[in-house]
Amino acid sequence: MLDVRNITKVFGGVRALDDVSFSVADKSLSALIGPNGAGKTTMMNIISGMLFPDQGSISFKGAVITGLSSASIARMGLSRTFQHIELFGEMTVLENILVGRYIKSRSGFLAAGLRLPFVRSEEKENCAKSLEILASIGLEGKKDELASNLPLGEQRMLEIGRALATEPSLLLLDEPAAGLNIRETRDLGKMIVRLNTEREITILLVEHDMDLVMRISTAITVLNFGQKIASGKPADIQRNRDVITAYLGEEDTAC
Amino acid sequence: MTKGHSIALLILAAMVCTLPNMTDDSYFITLMIFSGINAIVAIGLCILMGSAGQVSLGQAGFYGIGAYASSVLSQSFGLPVAASMICAAVISAGAAVILAVPALRLKGHYLAVATLGFGEIIHIILNEFGPGGPSGFGDIPALSAGGFAMTDPAHVAWVVWGILLLLMVFSLNMLNARPGRALRALHGSETACNAMGLNVVSLKIKVFVLSAVYASIAGSLYAHYVSFISPSSFSLFHSVLLLMMVVLGGITTVWGGLVGAVIITLLPETLKAFQELDVLVYGLILTLSLLFLRRGIVPIVTGKIHSLLERRNA
Amino acid sequence: MLTVFLQFLFSGLTVGSVYALVGMGFNIIYNATSIINLAQGEFVVIGGLLMWFFLESCKLPFLVAVALTILSAGLVALIMERLTIRPLKTHDLLVMIMVTIAVSIVMRGLLMFKFGKDPYSFAAFTEGDPLVICGAVIPLQTLWVLGITGTCILALYAFFNLTMAGKAMRACSFDPIAASLVGIPVSRMIMFSFILSAMVGAVGGIAITPISLMEYDKGPMLAVKGFCAAIMGGLGRGRGAVVGGLTIGILESMTAGYLHSGLKDAVALLILLAVLFFRPAGLFGSASMQRLKGH
Repeated sequence: MLDVRNITKVFGGVRALDDVSFSVADKSLSALIGPNGAGKTTMMNIISGMLFPDQGSISFKGAVITGLSSASIARMGLSRTFQHIELFGEMTVLENILVGRYIKSRSGFLAAGLRLPFVRSEEKENCAKSLEILASIGLEGKKDELASNLPLGEQRMLEIGRALATEPSLLLLDEPAAGLNIRETRDLGKMIVRLNTEREITILLVEHDMDLVMRISTAITVLNFGQKIASGKPADIQRNRDVITAYLGEEDTAC
Repeated sequence: MTKGHSIALLILAAMVCTLPNMTDDSYFITLMIFSGINAIVAIGLCILMGSAGQVSLGQAGFYGIGAYASSVLSQSFGLPVAASMICAAVISAGAAVILAVPALRLKGHYLAVATLGFGEIIHIILNEFGPGGPSGFGDIPALSAGGFAMTDPAHVAWVVWGILLLLMVFSLNMLNARPGRALRALHGSETACNAMGLNVVSLKIKVFVLSAVYASIAGSLYAHYVSFISPSSFSLFHSVLLLMMVVLGGITTVWGGLVGAVIITLLPETLKAFQELDVLVYGLILTLSLLFLRRGIVPIVTGKIHSLLERRNA
Repeated sequence: MLTVFLQFLFSGLTVGSVYALVGMGFNIIYNATSIINLAQGEFVVIGGLLMWFFLESCKLPFLVAVALTILSAGLVALIMERLTIRPLKTHDLLVMIMVTIAVSIVMRGLLMFKFGKDPYSFAAFTEGDPLVICGAVIPLQTLWVLGITGTCILALYAFFNLTMAGKAMRACSFDPIAASLVGIPVSRMIMFSFILSAMVGAVGGIAITPISLMEYDKGPMLAVKGFCAAIMGGLGRGRGAVVGGLTIGILESMTAGYLHSGLKDAVALLILLAVLFFRPAGLFGSASMQRLKGH
């Protein structure tokens, strides 16, 4: 589904990413982890087209996407959520999801202004699909609430719902559990697994919460200081010495 | 469009139909015509600023292009007035695209000043190279339908407000559907818009062109009504006046533009007593609106009505 | 040929100096607050008209009139900042833009009420015959304008780079929270930046009025051209505004002289659009400053 090859990104003097390569298998629930400053968010931004790498290439569903704009990449079926919530705060919950339906609809300015018949049926269809998504993430009761009024956990869910509305093949989740409590994180985990198994969406998860990552992902790639230091199944990663060192420091200095 | 909007539009339509007949005061009808014309520009500006969050201090420029282009086409080239207005709108749309492509990469103050610069350049061009130069020109054909020129102001009032109502319906339909949501999303978070696959640049250009076309239609109507125009009517002062209308009325809804336009157009009447103070009063109104009526009259009033209704239902 | 050229050059430098001062005023406020004060031009007008008032109407001694004018301009800025800018620290850019426009209209309205629409002037600072350089007639006041502008530039440079207060003001723009954490009174700095920029503008108004008269509505055009000067040099960079202002002044003067006087104002506007569209960071700004264009 996603092939990251030899990605390097330098900011000023800092090598945020240094020759990183990994793959995300079709229909898998993969994770990208690493200590702070490892380059995970930079990688996310490069994959989703918000940043361009200095070297390397990325292919999605077989097509090269490096250099494409984030909007083009989104239209190809790659959606994402953001670590710092980027909801449309002054719009309602339902409207946020409806914006997600944008690339799946065609009503333009003129057609909508004239309220042509196909616009009416498209609106109905989009509303129905959006309500369905809201039901699946548990927010249908709040559909007319302003997005900015929701608590953080529900805002995270809403962002996922909005990304779902684009009917993605690959969903990038950027630290969705940040700021959530244990119960919220558990619900989030269940939801992500459901998306992966029931809707067959490939997921790439960037996370700090190790418990969540180890519990739900099937493949993990570990970054440290911009370099890939390990990849494989959760059980292997947990035993990997380089990974343990990266997170806890050298054995002699560990308390 | 919600039921509330539909009811309000029907009431407005009823008022429009009956008012010109109820009064012999030609001055009232003149005010009605001017407030309608200003409202057309204002709702376009509301969509641009309130929904999409883009600033324009140069609407008078498109208003002026609409006025001059339609006048010249109908007067010198003999085109029927309706066709001239449409051609003028196309020319304004073209100018909007030329301005929009470089300008919409800018944000905030830079965009505001760029549109201001554009409006002023149009003003200078009209002053230097427009027919009649700074003195302007006259004998502009009156509005006509099917060959019959409209000399009765009441008819002109109906045409202006008729067009305004149609544009209101068009705008409300558009805003409540996919394009309107896209514009509001633009205002909310461009990053998220990109991530959801929206073509941000294309949207910005389209909404800019839309507001320019509205302004152009209004300018053409103005020219064919007053039959004499000069560049002094299309200066920075008028762009700021338009800004005042939408700020006072409320930029988040097209009703705000309409209400604001009506109030500001009627204002000089109430200001007749304060001869030399008119600039000051305009400034104070704008300042006080920004300080105390931040959301604008219409959103504040409808907000109060909503909370009253909620309290009754609770 | 040379005579005519020199004539235009000097008149361009003169009017360009005022643009430079307005541009510097923009930079001062921008450096402290990231706000662009579209009322900047009104301070120049206030300078010119109040100077006339104190000097010709109240018959006060020259230096007293200068001092009163500058202080009054500062007072106006103080009132503006306290009443309208401070309550609206919402960072909603649209609102800030419109507030400064609104205040500029109020100022213009008050000036129109008090002074009417007539042009005003007062005597040049020193009596004496104009200089003649290669046949070009240079009024002495021109030298005053250039001299005063130069002095302001040096004084502001010294203030912002060599004094603690000036550096503190610059810190407020980079990061107001960090600035307040190290003990800088951010809100007072902002107020002071408004006062300072108004005084700079007023100085320009005082200096230029003997040459080109002052009317109540010159503000907006001065603001636009001053802003153009500021961004030509890179918004926030003091010396850039000077180069920008002088360049605009000279090009304007040349256009009016050699081409067509009606196109005078278009020059600055075209430069403005060109800079905004192609190099928003200004001629001296760097590529990384391009990112600052969005906030």
